[in-house]
Amino acid sequence: MNQYSLSHLQELEAESIYVIREVAAQFENPVLLFSGGKDSIVCFHLAKKAFWPAKVPFPLMHVDTGHNFSETIDFRDKLIEKSGARLIVASVQKAIDEGKVVEETGVNASRNGLQTSVLLEAIVEHSFDCAMGGARRDEEKARAKERFFSHRDDFGQWDPKNQRPELWNLFNGRKNVGEHFRAFPISNWTEMDIWQYILNEKIELPSLYFSHQRDVFERDGTLLSKTDFIQTKENEIVENRTIRFRTIGDATCTGAVPSEAASIEDIINEVAATRTTERGGRADDKRSEAAMEDRKKEGYF
Amino acid sequence: MDSKTYLNMDLLRFTTAGSVDDGKSTLIGRLLYDSKSIFEDQMEAIERASEKTGESTVNLALLTDGLRAEREQGITIDVAYRYFATPKRKFIIADTPGHIQYTRNMITGASTANLAIILIDARHGIVEQTKRHSFIASLLGLPHIIYCVNKMDLVDYDQAVFEKIQSELRAFSSKLDTQDIRFIPISALKGDNVVNRSERMSWYEGSTLIHTLENVHIAGDENQIDCRFPVQYVVRPQTADFPDYRGYAGRVSGGVFKVGDEVMALPTGFTSKIKSIDSMGVEHQEAFPPMSVCMTLTDDIDISRGDMIVRVNNSPNAEQNIEVMLCWMGDKPLMPNGKYALKHTTKDARCLIKEIKYKVDINTLHRDENNLEIKMNDIARATLRTTTPLFIDRYTRNRRTGSLILVDEATNNTVAACIVI
Repeated sequence: MNQYSLSHLQELEAESIYVIREVAAQFENPVLLFSGGKDSIVCFHLAKKAFWPAKVPFPLMHVDTGHNFSETIDFRDKLIEKSGARLIVASVQKAIDEGKVVEETGVNASRNGLQTSVLLEAIVEHSFDCAMGGARRDEEKARAKERFFSHRDDFGQWDPKNQRPELWNLFNGRKNVGEHFRAFPISNWTEMDIWQYILNEKIELPSLYFSHQRDVFERDGTLLSKTDFIQTKENEIVENRTIRFRTIGDATCTGAVPSEAASIEDIINEVAATRTTERGGRADDKRSEAAMEDRKKEGYF
Repeated sequence: MDSKTYLNMDLLRFTTAGSVDDGKSTLIGRLLYDSKSIFEDQMEAIERASEKTGESTVNLALLTDGLRAEREQGITIDVAYRYFATPKRKFIIADTPGHIQYTRNMITGASTANLAIILIDARHGIVEQTKRHSFIASLLGLPHIIYCVNKMDLVDYDQAVFEKIQSELRAFSSKLDTQDIRFIPISALKGDNVVNRSERMSWYEGSTLIHTLENVHIAGDENQIDCRFPVQYVVRPQTADFPDYRGYAGRVSGGVFKVGDEVMALPTGFTSKIKSIDSMGVEHQEAFPPMSVCMTLTDDIDISRGDMIVRVNNSPNAEQNIEVMLCWMGDKPLMPNGKYALKHTTKDARCLIKEIKYKVDINTLHRDENNLEIKMNDIARATLRTTTPLFIDRYTRNRRTGSLILVDEATNNTVAACIVI
């Protein structure tokens, strides 16, 4: 490589930092959505880089389904304490208790869909005008059509067939009162980029990503964790297996994979050899071919 | 691929263009499939979908059509981004649709790309869209164009067919500004010369498409001469550890800045020296495009977002009357003498469209000075009058400081892409 050229990972980092700074400059009250998963941890790391030595000039918000792995919450709280950032928790449980949303019933019941209305309500409550998230275009085909700056109307809806053209690196964040934006700083990263960056930057992650023993059972080809939030059917056998999670989300729909990968290097080797996408283990995406597109149109992240 | 290889790869962004049914989606599917970037669950999903529509072979095009309406209608509506890597390079594809709002979408995809792949159906040769796509790639300053003559399987892999198209393309493309132009005969459907060398076209001695993409020289595509640093954000921690730190955060848009360099802030014209170039505790000695850094200066001078830090003796032009090629993208036609909001680097301004000189017929490159009504997908030469001077370079000199967009102040939609000439 030429003396004055960047590696692809350095270039992706520079692009993401540019997007995050642009959000902070163009919006009055932005927020970073934080799930405790690796993508949002990387986004937070990039945000720290973007404003160093000043503090990150916006809060983090966790849309909490109440169905979390305890490791995620412990990790989140430690990270917040260490960084001095401000955390807002938007609680799905609270919305259920207040009768604002109705919980799904049945064996495949999930609070994943309820996150959308809780998120939209929190955006209004805190007057956020831009919510940044760690979505990547390589994750899912509806996400492949996303802009860096993605406009949402006053119902929080996404109109994928009528998006603003996004030219060069000139982001148009202009909007009317009541509307907001979603911004996706790591749009151009792949799962492998994320892992290599975590390795290179020595970013800490929740223990769930690494191989461990856990009681799991199989449903529709996915290994689900036995938790208090999910009922097993009669024929489903709970076994203690050596597994890890490729993505971290709501405990009722995040699938585990059998894995011995105990370090970031092991995970990178595993990801390089794997033949299924990371969202292949997500029950929420399996509901239909356009499951993600439909959820995104309503305001999901 | 080990981590060391991975950390040394560079990044090539390219766009793909072609007319309807020339096999563009199949080509992308082929690149992803043969470079092993398609996962089993994705493959199973498209196998199921292909069966549903009654196709006999797996339709690789289904990999790229992400929206429900696209799959139902069998067309691509919006720019989609795809990713794949080989041990040499990482690739980002901006896949642009061939028909609906082609100009608007292709310009969007091309604006961030270094290279365009333009597909031609071997049976039909050069068609209007080929010229249109070539013109847009050239206008958007893409340094490299690869013409892929596709569907060679349908013309019996005939050398004469390829050579005829190649010589016609050479004649046509000599009118364009693009320097690096290549031609490759392929069959995306059968996989000839995409990732694997074709055994059925032994007469072709050039590289495969993937080999070309891996080796095209892109390090010289950024301007490393004219120092341009549009200030994006002022970092002022005001903490006990950093009581007086005042950093100018932004992305280098041109040239190489070094610690100790004498610099000038625009528009004030105040000069100072670069004290440090920071990135979270790491001090750099130099910053070059497209790095995102935070710069501190030895003197406290007034600099805010929208200002530009440049080298003394190498300033961009400060202009209020700006000559541009304008690509209209709004639903409503351009309003002559209309006022629009404008974004250039990190600066916001307003402008008046003072004059439309001519409209370009992008199929013939003919200049029409009579019909000056500018509608969506039209390209025109225009003069803008801005409320405040902008620090601009010619687009051919610097794509980052030579580009701007116009925004409709009533709808907030982006309505035009402008290239400074």
